[in-house]
Amino acid sequence: MTRVVRAPIVVGLVLAIIGFAFGAGVLGAIRTARGQSFWEIEVGMSVGYVFALIGWLAGVGGWQHWGREWFGLEAKPYTLTGWKRYFGFSPDHKVIGIQYAVTFIVVFLLSGLTAMLIRVELMRDGKQIFTPDQYNAAMGFHGITMVAVAVAVLLGGFGNFIVPLMIGARDMAFPRLNALTYWFVPPVAVLLIIAVLMGGWESGWTAYPPLSSLHTKHGQVLFNLAVITFGLVSILGGINFLVTIIYERAPGMTWSRLPIFVWGAFAASLISFFFTQALAAALLMVLLDRIAGTSFFRQAEGGSPVLYEHVFWFYSHPAVYVMVLPGFGAALEILSHLSRKPLFAYRWVAGAMIGIVMLSGIVWAHHLFTSGMAPYLHAPFLVLTEMISIPTGLIFLGAIGTIWAGKLWLQTPMLFALAFIFNFLMGGVTGIYLADVPTDLHLQDTYFVVAHFHYTIVGGEIFALFAAIYFWFPKFTGRMYNETLGKIHFWLMFIGFQLTFIPMFRVGIQGMNRRIADYPHEYAGYNTFISLAAFLLGSSFLFFVWNMASAWLKGRVAEPNPWRASTLEWQVSSPPPEHNFDEIPVITDTPYGYGGGPAHHRPFAGGALATEEG
Amino acid sequence: MAAFTEAAHAVAHEPHDEVKHVRMNRLGLWLFFASDGLVFALLLSARFYMNGTDTAPDVKQWLGLIITSVLLISSYTAYRGETALHHGNVAHGRLMLMLTILLGVGFFAGVVMEWSIAEFTVSEGYGTSFFSMTGMHAAHVASGVLLLFLAWRKAGKGYYDGGGLKAYGVSGVVMYWHFVDVVWVFFYPALYLIK
Repeated sequence: MTRVVRAPIVVGLVLAIIGFAFGAGVLGAIRTARGQSFWEIEVGMSVGYVFALIGWLAGVGGWQHWGREWFGLEAKPYTLTGWKRYFGFSPDHKVIGIQYAVTFIVVFLLSGLTAMLIRVELMRDGKQIFTPDQYNAAMGFHGITMVAVAVAVLLGGFGNFIVPLMIGARDMAFPRLNALTYWFVPPVAVLLIIAVLMGGWESGWTAYPPLSSLHTKHGQVLFNLAVITFGLVSILGGINFLVTIIYERAPGMTWSRLPIFVWGAFAASLISFFFTQALAAALLMVLLDRIAGTSFFRQAEGGSPVLYEHVFWFYSHPAVYVMVLPGFGAALEILSHLSRKPLFAYRWVAGAMIGIVMLSGIVWAHHLFTSGMAPYLHAPFLVLTEMISIPTGLIFLGAIGTIWAGKLWLQTPMLFALAFIFNFLMGGVTGIYLADVPTDLHLQDTYFVVAHFHYTIVGGEIFALFAAIYFWFPKFTGRMYNETLGKIHFWLMFIGFQLTFIPMFRVGIQGMNRRIADYPHEYAGYNTFISLAAFLLGSSFLFFVWNMASAWLKGRVAEPNPWRASTLEWQVSSPPPEHNFDEIPVITDTPYGYGGGPAHHRPFAGGALATEEG
Repeated sequence: MAAFTEAAHAVAHEPHDEVKHVRMNRLGLWLFFASDGLVFALLLSARFYMNGTDTAPDVKQWLGLIITSVLLISSYTAYRGETALHHGNVAHGRLMLMLTILLGVGFFAGVVMEWSIAEFTVSEGYGTSFFSMTGMHAAHVASGVLLLFLAWRKAGKGYYDGGGLKAYGVSGVVMYWHFVDVVWVFFYPALYLIK
């Protein structure tokens, strides 16, 4: 019994409740002293939450293993073993990687289920299962949870697990910070779920004022607190990756010998550590307008809702590159290993990733073409936005050049990686119409935008995510998934995805508005088709869950290197030993030294020249 | 496995490794400053976006000057404290850290006073900028005071005896204090001095 009571999550929950009561109580006392009511729901929840979060982090292990040192006490050793490590404070990057990956895949499935409900509602015109309010709640929940998944699952899950192994390190640079960062995630999920149970919020995942800053539903406050907390996850995680990749590389692991996934994680971390606080600042301003009475977005007092859009998109556009850059990295990694060829134009691809980071910070106002922003800003942001296609194009050429004349091994991860190339091309090409002001004026706020965004993020990142899941599953779990089930998952998902989103371009061009629970009867035929295709897409995940669960529990035991790949993580056992490497390896060669190959690959193969030196 | 863990333990105490450890911590701290600095930069931009180059006519110039001076002086005492602890002079280091804490508390009290006597409200355009910027900054000052206090306390328990790399923790806290100070160097003219 005492063991249950002392479990980190239980202690965290108890301290969170005490923290909330303390914060709300002190606030209430101050309010009473100033002649106001003791409890005001939005201020009370916000102040209480800050203390609840501190209590939760301290209780779940932050105090035992870290905070004690600040007060000159000895930190307690880590005593949890086996599966219990996953429910406690563990500094091991492999445990943290699995914590992130499993948490966010569960959230992904939950959020996908919400999307299915949305498609049921949209199957016909008129009301089906939702009131308009419930539709808004479902739409907002699907939006923000999927954004969170897309930001964190590849970087948090696979970055944490794979990057230290790939660069030959024993752990991340700040293992305890890493553990603490993960434990910010459960409060985010809890807040969003409570917000939905309280009736949701009206403003979708973007929380535009004035809708969000006026006295609308209280769920908005929880939404803001959740997303600000999630911002902290992204910032602290990003800093940890940057320091790890800069300082923890094994001897001989020069920058031009880094596997491309590490480059993707590095580029994404640059964005997440430098831009995420803009999102937090924007949402904090909304929160202050609601609970402290400021006027950031009240026109009458000199505030401006357009200010929000600037601050918000200053992060939220670069955020899509936080999502796709690790996706690029994972897909290119898999394309190279399973084509048995060195990555084509390695240096150009790595440079293109950094190029995307630099451009990403100066394109945000293309989201404001129809917001009443000063017209002289239209042309520069149009041009800058389209310039993004230069580095993205280089990455495409890298992908195509890698599979060109390769010996493709069409296992499940390879199929997903190939689909990624096709999908992201679709997403990229349709993006041009949204970057161009004249076409954007027509397409803004229609299903064309929805389809474009899903092609880039689902078609790009999420397909790369599943490629990564199948590719690294043996390394994570030490067991092999079922290839047949994997292929069924792939084909259902790929076909369902195309059939769902291609018609959305069509209804979008015809003018069907997004984010609205109902539509004119004329769109009903297309929407019925889209919904049926979406159910096909949704059904593919049944095979995925079945495959993962059965393989993890009783799958065939995997060899250390089932893909016969050349990067470092495959040179250790599956799953890797506690400190990764018995001896820190010394690197003498590029990560993609396949074949030695026909001479015409070699000058382009990045580190291939290092072969001669090494 | 056990042998390996012991070996790793031994390696961790080589001086080279400690230098690397301090470098990593320092880089992490600087990345945090860049990240946190952007929040302040955004608030500063929002202030000009909303209010142009207006100043609030009834802001208390004398109070602004006093608290700014207090904060700048505290950066000097913080530096003295850091240097003393690095040279192993614990007594002087603690004295200077305590002075810094008192100056920080003084600054905080000044902001509280400014808030209570301000003749504009938070819902006015300028008030929005003024209260949110000073509030965000004061929250950082408060957390800095807390960190300085922890460093002062640990110095008293002998954690930094001998100075050098062992006193890196103090450097981290003091760098944070300087960072908060530099932010105010931008905020003070934007909120008080522009005409």
